[in-house]
Amino acid sequence: MANELLLSVKGIHTWYELKKWGVFHAGFVRALDGVSFDLRKGEALTVVGESGSGKTTLLKTILGLAPMTKGEISFNGQKFDGKSDSAGWLRSRVGFVQQDPYGALPPFMTVRRILSEPMIINKFGTPAEREQRIREVMEEVRLLPVNDFLNKFPHMLSGGQQQRLVIARALVLRPSLIVADEPVSMLDASVRVEILELMRRVQKAHNLGVIYITHDLSTVRYFSERVFIMYAARIVEKAGVNEIIHNTLHPYTKALLAAIPDPDPENAHRYRDVPPGEPPSLVKPPSGCRFHPRCPVRIEGLCEREIPPAFEPVRDHFVECWLHKT
Amino acid sequence: MLRRLKELRRYPTAIFGIAVIGLLVLISVYAMIALPYSEAIRLWRGGPGVWDENPRTAVPAWFDLFTRDKLPRTIVVSTADAGVKTVERLPDGRNRIQIMLPFNYPYEGRNGFPTEVTLFSEAVYEGTTRPRLSVQWKTPAGETLTLATNRPMRTSDTYYISQDSQLLTRFGTLPEVGLFSEAAVGVPAAQRTAVKGEYAVVVQADLPEGGDFNAKLVVYGRAHGLAGTDHRRRDIMVALLWGTPLALVFGLLAAVGSTLTTFILAGIGTWYGGKTDFIFQRITQVNMVIPTLPILIMVGQFYSRSLWLMLGIIIAMSIFSGAMVTYRAMFLQAKEAPYIEAARAYGASNFRTVFRYLLPRIVPVLLPNFVTVVPSFVFLEASLAVLGLGDPILPTWGKVIHDAQTQSALYKGLYYWVLQPAVLLMITGFAFAMVGFALDRVFNPRLRTV
Repeated sequence: MANELLLSVKGIHTWYELKKWGVFHAGFVRALDGVSFDLRKGEALTVVGESGSGKTTLLKTILGLAPMTKGEISFNGQKFDGKSDSAGWLRSRVGFVQQDPYGALPPFMTVRRILSEPMIINKFGTPAEREQRIREVMEEVRLLPVNDFLNKFPHMLSGGQQQRLVIARALVLRPSLIVADEPVSMLDASVRVEILELMRRVQKAHNLGVIYITHDLSTVRYFSERVFIMYAARIVEKAGVNEIIHNTLHPYTKALLAAIPDPDPENAHRYRDVPPGEPPSLVKPPSGCRFHPRCPVRIEGLCEREIPPAFEPVRDHFVECWLHKT
Repeated sequence: MLRRLKELRRYPTAIFGIAVIGLLVLISVYAMIALPYSEAIRLWRGGPGVWDENPRTAVPAWFDLFTRDKLPRTIVVSTADAGVKTVERLPDGRNRIQIMLPFNYPYEGRNGFPTEVTLFSEAVYEGTTRPRLSVQWKTPAGETLTLATNRPMRTSDTYYISQDSQLLTRFGTLPEVGLFSEAAVGVPAAQRTAVKGEYAVVVQADLPEGGDFNAKLVVYGRAHGLAGTDHRRRDIMVALLWGTPLALVFGLLAAVGSTLTTFILAGIGTWYGGKTDFIFQRITQVNMVIPTLPILIMVGQFYSRSLWLMLGIIIAMSIFSGAMVTYRAMFLQAKEAPYIEAARAYGASNFRTVFRYLLPRIVPVLLPNFVTVVPSFVFLEASLAVLGLGDPILPTWGKVIHDAQTQSALYKGLYYWVLQPAVLLMITGFAFAMVGFALDRVFNPRLRTV
């Protein structure tokens, strides 16, 4: 059961067309450029990357909100062509948790309305059953006492309560996969752990698959079994949480880990190695390995010529780097 | 939506504003029932015979409340009512017809004098020689003054007694003052006071056999009706009454036409984006630098001043106006809102997304905006009228102000002429603004008070 495949993504590309003066073609933004992975039922995985590395596009492509240029997605063995029109069947099985809880909730709807909308749209149960489900899911995310919240508008809730409501909305249709796009980055540090623990608890309770996106490696350990590191529209390293922390292979991942703040007074006097330069343009990505212009250990004559495939130097630890050619 | 509208009850200003708008609507309905459109136009155009019995620039009758003595009203006596007609056969075969027009004049005091006195007569006779008319004036004291003798009488004759220069010389003051005061010697004209009592005019003429004539005396007062009259004796009430539906219809149509069209086009532009949006934006940018008022003035000067043409131009020019930019910005923002994305993620259809998620965000901004923009179009119409570009035949508030302005009403102290339409304009603007602000509070959850 635990090893059953929930989501399988093969070589997906999502390119946004750029237009000059709103009319003429002026190239593509390659937001996703060949991403593949598998997600098992009940598995939580984290996608880490800088801003603009394609994390959010990955989610939107899976949700059918961003147009997939090519590639293959299958959910529970069923093919999904990435177009939003044909994604109807997928809608009720994937819950979406967004980054900005206030923006994610329609300000003109009450809590009850917000939670019943997905059920109405997906023709879930009778009105009485829906009301029952709303109460159930609100208890699950600890919006208690339920009656106090049902008729409130989102602006009357605190940030943490708003994010619980967003999670409740994602859960209300009993999905088998939750995708969360930086769900805690807009929250106070005090509420973050609470929300992450809530998500973890819910995930365990329902055996949900979770794709959790963050740019903050420090929250990863709360959560997931596996970590994907994204850089410039590609997943450069995939491994288990402990594996990636203790046996970091990709030079970019090493740089990311080195950048995690550590509450040690000595750090004030220590020099940190930050990779020079900036994330590359996605319109004209660098040839070969996309990290090579910033890479301290690049192999001249190889890295700038050929895109590294995913090597597996350690079992279940994939890395797209020529250094680890097997 | 309806539930939200019911919340308006919580705002006294909204209730007041709605009550005023309701009153204006009632006035409009009353105006349209009491005075049909064609009748209103005929009355406002005026002309001979239409307003003959109205005084010029008379104040509204309720001015009495602020004066010591009651202001004189217009008195009309004619053969048809109180007049007494006697016919005497003359030896030469002609008829001597004498008409006595008695009337009670109840006004006194310094301001008790009428503004004008005019005698109208209609005669029917054969032959080419005009009959001669003689007119005598009887005062309450029993005196008899001869006003005219041997006045050649046309078939339709008007004797402007108050403009008779001979009487002016004889009384040493205005004829109407001389006629209605005691001719005390040595009292300066400015200190004379009107005398109340039974007056009479005796009109006499010799007509050929078979001839007959009727007379009508009009003693024009100083106050008339609820709204007073203008320089052409027209009852301003006609314009105040009919101005209400015209102002409301003009304001509402212009607001609906421009706001709604702009709203829909902005929505289409942002939803489809690309070329449509590009074209709409360019049109808007060009249109925004073209000023509306000069174009309206130009059309009014060279083509037509019809109210409905002006309305059309205003709507056409305000479709691609600054509001387009505002709505587009709102749509763009609302379209990209995370909750729209969330709705799409849980499978909301295009239709549902637009009507359940996009519009509820925009309409709250649109509706108060729409309500508050109504009076601005009402004012625009009035401004055009004041500039002399009002509709040539329709009675509107703006045209009353325009007439008052060209007749220097304020200089002459005829405040009622300007103030009545101006107050109506202000009340209209005020009522819509109050409802608009209350709507804003109701529809904008963040402004809502708990």
